[in-house]
This record gives sequence, C-alpha cells and structure tokens, in this order.
Amino acid sequence: MTRRMNHPLWFLMPYILLFVAFIIVPVAIAFGLSFTYFNTVETPEWVGLRNYIELLTRDEVFMQHVLPNTIKFAFIVGPVGYFLSFLLAWVLAQIPHLPRTIFAIILYSPSMTAGIAMAVVWTVLFSGDHAGYLNAMLLNWGFISEPIQFLISPDHLMNIMIVVALWGSMGVGFLAMLAGILNIDQSLYEAAYIDGLRNRWQEIFYITIPSMKPQMLFGAVMAVVGTFQVGMIGVQLSGANPTPQYAGQLLVNHIEDFGFIRYLMGYASAVSVVLLIIIYSISKVTFNLLGEKE
Amino acid sequence: MAKFTGMKINPKRFHRSQLKFFIILLPMAAFVALPILFIINHAFKPLNELFAYPPRFFVRQPTLRNFSDLVDLAAQSGVPFSRYLFNSLVVSGIGVVCAILFTSLAAYALSKLKFRGKKLLFEINTLALMFVPIAVMIPRYITIARLGLIDSYFGLALPLIAMPVGLFLVKQFVDQTPDELIESAKIDGASEMQIFLRIIVPITAPAIATVGILAFQLIWNDIIGPNLYVDDESMKTLPFFFQTVAQGNIPGQQHANPVAGQGVLAAASLIMFVPNIIMFIWLQNKVMNTMAHSGIK
Repeated sequence: MTRRMNHPLWFLMPYILLFVAFIIVPVAIAFGLSFTYFNTVETPEWVGLRNYIELLTRDEVFMQHVLPNTIKFAFIVGPVGYFLSFLLAWVLAQIPHLPRTIFAIILYSPSMTAGIAMAVVWTVLFSGDHAGYLNAMLLNWGFISEPIQFLISPDHLMNIMIVVALWGSMGVGFLAMLAGILNIDQSLYEAAYIDGLRNRWQEIFYITIPSMKPQMLFGAVMAVVGTFQVGMIGVQLSGANPTPQYAGQLLVNHIEDFGFIRYLMGYASAVSVVLLIIIYSISKVTFNLLGEKE
Repeated sequence: MAKFTGMKINPKRFHRSQLKFFIILLPMAAFVALPILFIINHAFKPLNELFAYPPRFFVRQPTLRNFSDLVDLAAQSGVPFSRYLFNSLVVSGIGVVCAILFTSLAAYALSKLKFRGKKLLFEINTLALMFVPIAVMIPRYITIARLGLIDSYFGLALPLIAMPVGLFLVKQFVDQTPDELIESAKIDGASEMQIFLRIIVPITAPAIATVGILAFQLIWNDIIGPNLYVDDESMKTLPFFFQTVAQGNIPGQQHANPVAGQGVLAAASLIMFVPNIIMFIWLQNKVMNTMAHSGIK
C-alpha cells in the first residue's frame, strides 16, 4: 500500500486537520464571538465593538488590576526567566557531561510537574498559619512575631506568583539554548582570542550569542509563551477566582471569570483576542530586538 | 603567546577553574529541587509527622498510607482510582502515538517534499508557536461539542495532538538529512512513504522521541480537558481527580482536615510527576540532540 503514497497530502492531512480544528478554528471563533453577546444558551447576538469598548472604558477590574498585573508579571517573569535560562545554559556548557546532565534534569524538572498538583507544595510552604514552612522558619528565627498570610494577602500574592513562575521557567527554551551553546565550534573562541578578544563579556556578545542566535530566538518565543501559559497560578495559589482583591488576577483568569463563571462568552472572547494580540506583539518586539544584533 | 583562557565548551573532566560554575549552579539547583524533594518526602509521611510542629522537611518513618488513602478517596467519590488511571493512560497513549505519527509525517513533507504553499504552511506553523491554548478554551469547547467529542477519549486527546513546537522541532531535524540519501532511494524505486518509513523515521528517532515526551507531558498533565470537555465522571482523568481532592470536593467526605489532605495531595503530585521524569531521564540524550537543531532561522 505504501508503494503508491507519494502525494504530500498523505503526509500533511492528519496534522493539518487537527491544526485547523483545534488551533485555527478556535482562534477564528474567538475573534467572531468577540463581536457578540453570547450567554451560551441563546444564539449569539451581534453587538459590534461593544465588548472591546466596554473592556477598555468600563471594566475597572481589567484596567486597574488585570492589565497592570499581567504587564508586571510578564515583564518580570519573561525577561528574568529568559536571562536565567541563558545564564544557566552558559554555565552548564562549561562543566563535564555527567554533572551537566544531572543539573539539567534538575533544572528542567519543574516543567514536568502539573500545576494543580504542585499547588499543594506552595500552599504548604507559604501557608498562612504557623504550620506553613516559611512562616515557621521566620517565626523561629525571630524575623516576625505573627504568621504572614502570604497567599491571601494582596501584598504578597503577586510576588509569590512571580517566584513560582520563575521556578518553572527553565523549559524547552532552556534545553534549546543549552544544546545551542554545546554545538558552538570551540575553535571559534580560540581564533577570536588570537584576533584580540579580551574578556568573557566580549566573548559572550561577539561569539556565543551570535553563534546560537537561532536557539536564542526559539528560547525567546518559548519564554513569552511560557509566561502567559502559567497564568492560572494565582488562582491555584490563593484557591479563589477572582484572587483576593484581584491581586493575582491575570488576563487568563479574567477570561475564565467571564467565560465560565459569569457565562459572558462574547466578552470573554474579546479578552482572549486581546491576550493573543498582546502575546503576538511581545514576540514580534522580542524578535526585532534580538534579530538586529547580527 | 598567552595560554588560552577563554570559554571551554563541554570539557572532558573536572578542573579547579570550573568551581565558579558549580558555585552558581548549586544554589539554583537547590532552589529548584527543594519543592520536588518536599513532595517526595511529604508523600510518604505518616499522619503524626504531617502534623508535627515545628514542621519537618524529611520523612522519618515512611509509609504508603497516603497512597492508599488516595485510592480510598476515589472509591468514595464513586469512581475507582483504577478507572481514572486507565482513562489517563488511554488518553495519553492515543495522544502520544498520534502526535508522533502525524507530526513526523507532516515534518517530512515540509522538509523534503515539493509542493505549492509549503513555505507558507511552515510560516503559519512558526507563527503558531506563539499560540497559547489557554486563551481559546471557550472556542475549543464549542469545536469539540460540534464534533460530538464531549465525553470521549478523543475529545481529551485530539485537541492536544497538533503541537506547533513538535512539528517545528522535527522539521528542523529532518532538514539535516542529506538529500542524496533520499534521491538514491528514489532511483531504487521507493515511494515517498517508503522513504519516510525506512529512512527518515530511523534517522529522526531522537526528534520523534522528543515529540513523544512533549506530547506526554502536555496530555498527562492536562487539566482543562477533563474539566471542560467531559461531564461523565467515569471518563475523567487523574489530574481532574487530584484537583477535586485538592479542592476538598469529594462527595460524602467531610474534608475537615486540610493537613491530613496535604499528605494525600503530595502523593497525588508524585504520581503525576514520576512518569514524566522517568521518561525524560530515559530519553534526555535524544532530547538534547533534537534541541541542537531547534533554532528559528
């Protein structure tokens, strides 16, 4: 049977069908629904740009909490996570194979944990009573006299979310960058030093990064996507949507709040479209920033 | 001439000059590993150690009690634990097999076959690297409902099979295969599908293994599917059951004791984590090999 299978469609059909059904079509539906009022029971009613206008002008929660939170979270977790991934990959490339493999597995392991199940660790570590590990330690050492309500206090929730997200930020992009550095030709460095390269910084900027630029770009996209993908942690940590005083509310939680708690699917779709546009713009900007350093 | 002091990539053995790298790595690795060590210890703690104050990190008298409690909780909810496990295994099995097959087929076409729109297709896929599934959970629900896949294994597996990252990685890997190899097979009369099965699959095994791992991680850990696309309790998967335990929503169970629940939840986390880490350790060489070709050019 395989003797006559030459047409590209034999190869492409299964992937394309699934790609269209579960990526293209949903994005198109989200776009379409975002112009409607849709409560999941009645047929969607066309409302034009009303959802977007309300989102930008009337939705105080969105403007005062969700958007600033998302920006703060993304602009810390994305760049810091990316920088950490590069730094650790760079360091790992300079130690022998066995310890490198062990460290790489450890650093990658958070990417393999499931969000919901892992929430238990954080809730125990940061638990608000004195049985929480962090509280017990701080009490024990005399830094505080009263346990701190880490997970339900608006002052702390966002910071803990950032720490937890960074904890899990060494993902596929990190592995790609590590492999990228390992594949650089050693003689490039030796030649560059003969040509007058003087220190480690020059080495990183003139040799290492340019030699692995494709992996740097791949890592950047993965960092952006990963940052928005973990958006649920605020809800998982505090155990509530909306999060206490909206302190940990991100775009993803806003979508869930309107879509599955209030059943305003049209409005939630408008938020989804905004989220996709934000991710796309950040990736584009990152691309241009990294792309110019040729 | 001064001795070469620059970067030494992939050194063969340990040298004192590498100490500074270990000084950076050790605290980072400790920070990352602690929560995981915590889960492992917590999962085996008996009740009195879970309640101990001040809390202790390491388990002293390990017990399997938390795991058996987890199984009992499932029985109380009306669905046996084995059923959740079975569902998870079936969905992950379908998902991984399809992801491996469909992705490598498409990757071969995008890399080596000639047809119109090939470049455009690859660009769309690269654009889709930026796609965040969580943003379209509502429209995905609508698609799945329209296709009649609610309450089925396929409803859980199919949405996660087309992974733009997977296709991207395998395609970049297939690019490395020399065209001469394929040409000479064609001269011997092989069809494209035969070339794919006999030449490409063996050569791209590392990339295919990587897609398998990524697909498994995605599907095994998936919580959105069982929450939104499945109503029938007996069709739900492990992550969903663990979530109900985490939220204390087991019917007929007065979940009055959050501390005792911790041990059970740690056991649950461990069950989710162990298959992933074993697969990764087993295949990590192949993953690294694939990642070497992962760049966006």
